[in-house]
Amino acid sequence: MRRLHEGGRIDRSRPMEFIFDGKALAGYRGDTLASALLANGFGLVGRSFKYHRPRGIYSAGPEEPNALVTVGARGRREPNLPATTVELADGLVAESQNRWPSLKFDIQSVNGLFAPFLSAGFYYKTFMGPTRRAWMVYEHFIRNAAGLGRAGEEPDPDRYEVRNLFADVAVIGAGPAGLSAALAAGEAGAKVVLVEQDFLAGGTLLSEPADGEARAWLSVTLARLAHMPNVSMMTRTTAFGAYDSNVLGLVERHGSGTADPAKGEARQMVALLRAKTMVYATGSIERPLTFANNDRPGIMLASAARTYLNRFAVLAGTRVMVATDNDSAYSAAFDLAAAGAEVTIADGRAEPTHERLEQSRHWGIAVRRKSLISNALGRHAVRAVTLSEPGGTITLKCDLVVVSGGWSPTVHLTCHLGVRPVYREDIKDFVPGKLGAGQFVAGAVTGGFITAGAIEEGHRAGAEAAAFCGATKSVQPPFSLDLAEINAGPNGSHFVTSPRSGPLPHFVGGKDGSPARRPQDSLPTRSGERWFGNRKAELTKGKAFIDLQMDVTVSDVALAHREGYESVEHLKRYTTLGMGADQGKTSNVIAISAMAGLRGMAVPDVGTTTFRPPYTPVAVGALAGRSQRHLYKPFRRTPMHDWHVANGAQMLETGVWMRPSFYLASGRDVDQAYPAEMRMVREAAGLMDISTLGKIDVQGPDAAEFLDRVYVNGFAKLPIGRARYGIMLRDDGIVFDDGTTMRLSERHFFMTTSTAKAADVMSRLEFLLDTAWPGLRVSVTSVTDEWAAMSVAGPTSREILAAAFPDLNVSNEALPHMGFLEGRYRDKPLRIIRLSFSGERAYEIYTGASVGKEMWCRLIEAGTPFGQKPYGVEALGALRVEKGHVAGPEIDGRTTLDDLGLSRMAGKRSGYVGDVLGRREALSDPARPRLVGLRCLEPGKRLSGGAILFRPGERMHGHGLGRITSVTYSPTLDASVGLALIARNAAEEGAEIVAAYPMKGQTVRARIVSPIFLDPKGERLHG
Amino acid sequence: MLRIECPYCGPRDHDEFRYGGDASVIRPVHDDADFEAWYRYVFVRENPAGPHREYWQHVIGCRQWLVVGRDTRNHEIASVRSAREARA
Amino acid sequence: MPGYSVFSILRNGLSGDRYWRRAWRAPNPKPAYDVVIVGGGGHGLAAAFYLAENHGIRNVAVLEKGYVGGGNVGRNTTVIRSNYLLDGNTQFYEFSMKLWEGMSQALNFNVMFSQRGMLITAHSADQLDSFGFRANIMRLNGIDADILHRDEVRRLVPYLDFSDKARAPIHGAIFQGRAGTARHDAVAWGYARAADAHGVDIIQGCEVTGFVRDGERIVGVDTKRGRIQAGKVGLAVAGHTSLLGRKAGLELPIESHVLQAFVTEPIKPLVHHIVAHGTEHFYVSQSDKGGLVFGGGLDGYNSYAQRGNLGMVREVAEAAVALMPCISRLRILRHWGGVMDMTPDGSPIICPTPIDGLYLNGGWCYGGFKATPASGWCFAHTIATGKAHPLSAGYSLDRFRTGRTIDEAGIGPFAWLQ
Repeated sequence: MRRLHEGGRIDRSRPMEFIFDGKALAGYRGDTLASALLANGFGLVGRSFKYHRPRGIYSAGPEEPNALVTVGARGRREPNLPATTVELADGLVAESQNRWPSLKFDIQSVNGLFAPFLSAGFYYKTFMGPTRRAWMVYEHFIRNAAGLGRAGEEPDPDRYEVRNLFADVAVIGAGPAGLSAALAAGEAGAKVVLVEQDFLAGGTLLSEPADGEARAWLSVTLARLAHMPNVSMMTRTTAFGAYDSNVLGLVERHGSGTADPAKGEARQMVALLRAKTMVYATGSIERPLTFANNDRPGIMLASAARTYLNRFAVLAGTRVMVATDNDSAYSAAFDLAAAGAEVTIADGRAEPTHERLEQSRHWGIAVRRKSLISNALGRHAVRAVTLSEPGGTITLKCDLVVVSGGWSPTVHLTCHLGVRPVYREDIKDFVPGKLGAGQFVAGAVTGGFITAGAIEEGHRAGAEAAAFCGATKSVQPPFSLDLAEINAGPNGSHFVTSPRSGPLPHFVGGKDGSPARRPQDSLPTRSGERWFGNRKAELTKGKAFIDLQMDVTVSDVALAHREGYESVEHLKRYTTLGMGADQGKTSNVIAISAMAGLRGMAVPDVGTTTFRPPYTPVAVGALAGRSQRHLYKPFRRTPMHDWHVANGAQMLETGVWMRPSFYLASGRDVDQAYPAEMRMVREAAGLMDISTLGKIDVQGPDAAEFLDRVYVNGFAKLPIGRARYGIMLRDDGIVFDDGTTMRLSERHFFMTTSTAKAADVMSRLEFLLDTAWPGLRVSVTSVTDEWAAMSVAGPTSREILAAAFPDLNVSNEALPHMGFLEGRYRDKPLRIIRLSFSGERAYEIYTGASVGKEMWCRLIEAGTPFGQKPYGVEALGALRVEKGHVAGPEIDGRTTLDDLGLSRMAGKRSGYVGDVLGRREALSDPARPRLVGLRCLEPGKRLSGGAILFRPGERMHGHGLGRITSVTYSPTLDASVGLALIARNAAEEGAEIVAAYPMKGQTVRARIVSPIFLDPKGERLHG
Repeated sequence: MLRIECPYCGPRDHDEFRYGGDASVIRPVHDDADFEAWYRYVFVRENPAGPHREYWQHVIGCRQWLVVGRDTRNHEIASVRSAREARA
Repeated sequence: MPGYSVFSILRNGLSGDRYWRRAWRAPNPKPAYDVVIVGGGGHGLAAAFYLAENHGIRNVAVLEKGYVGGGNVGRNTTVIRSNYLLDGNTQFYEFSMKLWEGMSQALNFNVMFSQRGMLITAHSADQLDSFGFRANIMRLNGIDADILHRDEVRRLVPYLDFSDKARAPIHGAIFQGRAGTARHDAVAWGYARAADAHGVDIIQGCEVTGFVRDGERIVGVDTKRGRIQAGKVGLAVAGHTSLLGRKAGLELPIESHVLQAFVTEPIKPLVHHIVAHGTEHFYVSQSDKGGLVFGGGLDGYNSYAQRGNLGMVREVAEAAVALMPCISRLRILRHWGGVMDMTPDGSPIICPTPIDGLYLNGGWCYGGFKATPASGWCFAHTIATGKAHPLSAGYSLDRFRTGRTIDEAGIGPFAWLQ
């Protein structure tokens, strides 16, 4: 066990059990999975992506490239989680991944032997033969070897939520800068949301020794924030993306343990935070060093070793080699020494800071100057390192190597809106670019690494952000702990900013143990070849990784350069650098400076990578929230819905609505039911729920003029009390929608639209009135939901109407075809329009939605003696085919009035929407389609919608002459009939045609007939 | 997420709105028979990379058509007016 | 061009990979070329390659503002299919499919074209019928197509939602077995390398700032690296066609819109096909690296910013979970946006322009990647002969004037206007 007996921020009174790779292990509340594994002596926790090399725990945060595990089982299985971000929970089950049969013995680690042939992009150059489809064979193996963890195939049983949040000031990161910013903004009176990805607030302060001053500062600050009602702190919450208009995407994780969906607990919650201002206090991530075998378990970032020691009371090694090029790693060295480890420092600099040398002496630490780490020995655990020094090469034993190559500001979020980060030579890294108004940065993300400075900057940014949104109460000066003391003491802040002693770039291990050089020192490619990207050196010594997760080595970068993949984007795409689940948080800058070195250019001239959201991966389910299953795009129900369901309707989703497809009383399945329902309508009567039609109330002195413009046919002369069928075109002259509109008074119309186009028509009318014809005094209102509507159709419909409304005169004279009556029903308005879609005499009855069901029942009751029953959309669709009425399949967004045989509706009118472009030359081409009827000529066969039409004897190839759009069996004709769109020059009535349906291997002969199969003179509907 | 300051309803997420495209194209008067004018109105677009005047309708709200001035390079919104006022 | 093969890999691997050469040269621009192609994306590079390969025109330069393949060829979701309905589209995309099937060999560059099959789910009997129509058209044009019924879909992709709780039950699917994906960057690099081997100059970091005219005719371009004379100039800058077109004096029926794409963390093989939701904006495939790559609909407003909004991210996530419940726990690693040229009818433009010496390739909407080889082939033909290739004859600029639009979706000019 490597757990210290005391110290840390773990709760030793709350021991927890967890399982890793089948072994039961113990940890404490406050641990991460990574700290608990380290405490249990697990150095090896995973295998790498390409070469399956053994890997350990490299960091203590979301930048972790190595220690990826799978947590949970079945539907809760979650692969690729960095153990460093998994909060330990009692009963947690985790396993290592990308290994078989076991972590220690992984068959695919043989990939390492073939490494010389698996360099970057090797797959672009081979696997192209012997046959064209050979790739499919190779690919099978490549796919199985790739990927990391395995995902579950079962549905996720957990629940997610999406929340909408608003704030004046959003502060991202609760380290010293963020806490200070939240405090200042809160004091100023702003509404503040402070977001922290960790389960504890404090940031780097959490990694300070537990008995130090930092702890006191932190607890006082947190207490003050807790007392501010206008400041809310969200821990376990990652700001994963910055979006337009200052919207932040947050994802909040449930606390330790499993969320119980049965109790309504959400596993994760996405919050959309709309903030007036942002303070980015996102800190920084330590940069690694690059040398041969720098991926071995037992090598980790210096800051991580310090975090494990001070926060989790885990001493990750007892014989520690600290490899650094800057002062910050000394803090780790001192703390590790204080905890009893034997520490050696290999400092790449000729002159480490005097003060640090003094302190090292105090702790009994040997500091080796100009000492460059060039190789690590050991396979499953590091056991020694090779140092290259002016005097030669030396190998020293150790069981832990901690490295520091400086610090990379966490600029990611500041770049999401397209602001490019800016390179700063002094820190050899990128800082945020110029942000927009209301966007502030504070702390290490600015490239300043002193805690006291971060607190001051945070305070200033918080106060300015508050002022930006008008919160200007007086703010106390920054709450500053005696930071000088922290900096002065041996356990002082690890951030050091002096440009001279400051972070230098990484080192690259040399061949044959020769001293490594910084790429910037070796500009010419030729001399670079000596040490850089030499695969022979790699063969003899081992790989030097830049991207640990994607297994991208220094020589891969060199190869990319050699082959001309020089731009940063080419480099990334060719080598897969930064494409892993860690998004290259520890590798991007190293790779860019390596390429800069190879090209002999300054880093900013090589470019920078584009940071894309999310900052850390976000579960798809969390983004979907509760919008799942029946809550996803909820469908709409008519006022009569419950009646339909209770009376055997088979409901069908049509667009956003649920409608009866057919009723079980008519037949056991749709094929049996719909002809029965058709027969009923033709021979007696049927009742149909048509509430889904779009309904628009059109009023105003210019209402008639308005309708005259939007419909191809005229409405100005429509008498009051009459209805008219109308067609609208799009501006390009293609048919848009059809419907019936009736005139209630001189300046009042009631328009209906198709179910599918209701919303589009409404917006279109409003658009025309608001933008094109504001001079027209017309108001349009959608009343779709206000009216229930139903249609009684059939020879007995008039008797039914008379029975249902004994007070109304529904005689042919009082209510002729296209006539209209108004009345009242139970204090609700009642409108009855006589019009027909089926070809039978029919009445549409409109009344208030709240009495819709009542009205429906009344009509059912009144109609039963006359043989009336309800019918569904299947029968309706078939009835309209018999009558030759066009609907969705014909009005398909590509047909014109003329195509549909409706050009007589426009007559000689002009000035309607779509008039001019409807006259484009190709729209009267003889190859344009024309609506025709088809009647099947082969007994026992049926026409099929979607069949392609050819002339008899013609080779069946290409697009044919047209297609069948709608079909039905006609009980009246006892024939299979259909509507079709066929080229005009072939649309000859009486001609024979062949309908091919290759998917069923069918061809059917049919005759072209008039699309109106039934009652062409309209005697039934006028009678 | 764009936030559009509706003159009637206040700042709202853009998914409450329906986009209506370029507001700088001029619709010919309804009985204008000039083919070229209609062709240009329906099909030809300036499509600038920069400030763009465009229609949005607040469908889940006041249902007014608005004219929004927005930069297509960075999505920053400079102005929002009702379409009727913008025309007047 | 030193060939790529397993032998070259072995030979170079044993010598430490020191002798690989640049995939394509980095030449300085010459003062004049027979043809200058503006835009070093998939279409521009393919056109340059086919100019040399099919027409023997090798004195060609491809001018790229940034780096080769930096636009939509490197940002898309890599789906390749030929399941188009309308005359003019069907044959063009099938021709493209055939070129894909031989592309790696033709370019000596493995573009990893993987014909794993694509299915689009049908969520109603009507939709399945409409897929029947589409499949009929495909079969009649010699293209493979199948209609799958619910149980067959379930056997292929058991992880979709077949439960009775599914919001939109799966009735079946249309399936094209030859559809697939390819490694998108490799397509750009492969064409660049093969064109370069034919002598084409690929010039990166060379932004075109204007056009050189002789009277009415365009005879060259001004660039940030100086003036370059050209016998003919071809524009292949989809996403930014309006901006360059305006410099040349073209009025275009194009708007720029953002389409987003997403990738999850890499996982072991789970999705073996391309699966598309039949009614919502969601389609998914799994890359060879292991990430699930998926996409959705347009963000819905004019944009040149190559990034998308959170509303669409959520919409796509909702549709994803609705179709494929097990995706819920997988995590999105990155999402990004590409700028699309959207035309009024959703079909592209490949044609000579009214301006002498200027040829246009653009308006690819969201269908550009799968069209890359056919687009390059036809564009090269158009430039070389001055006339449209029969396969792309429908993609003229004047079709909006005449009414010969090819509106596959049937939604009309710039759909939001309706």
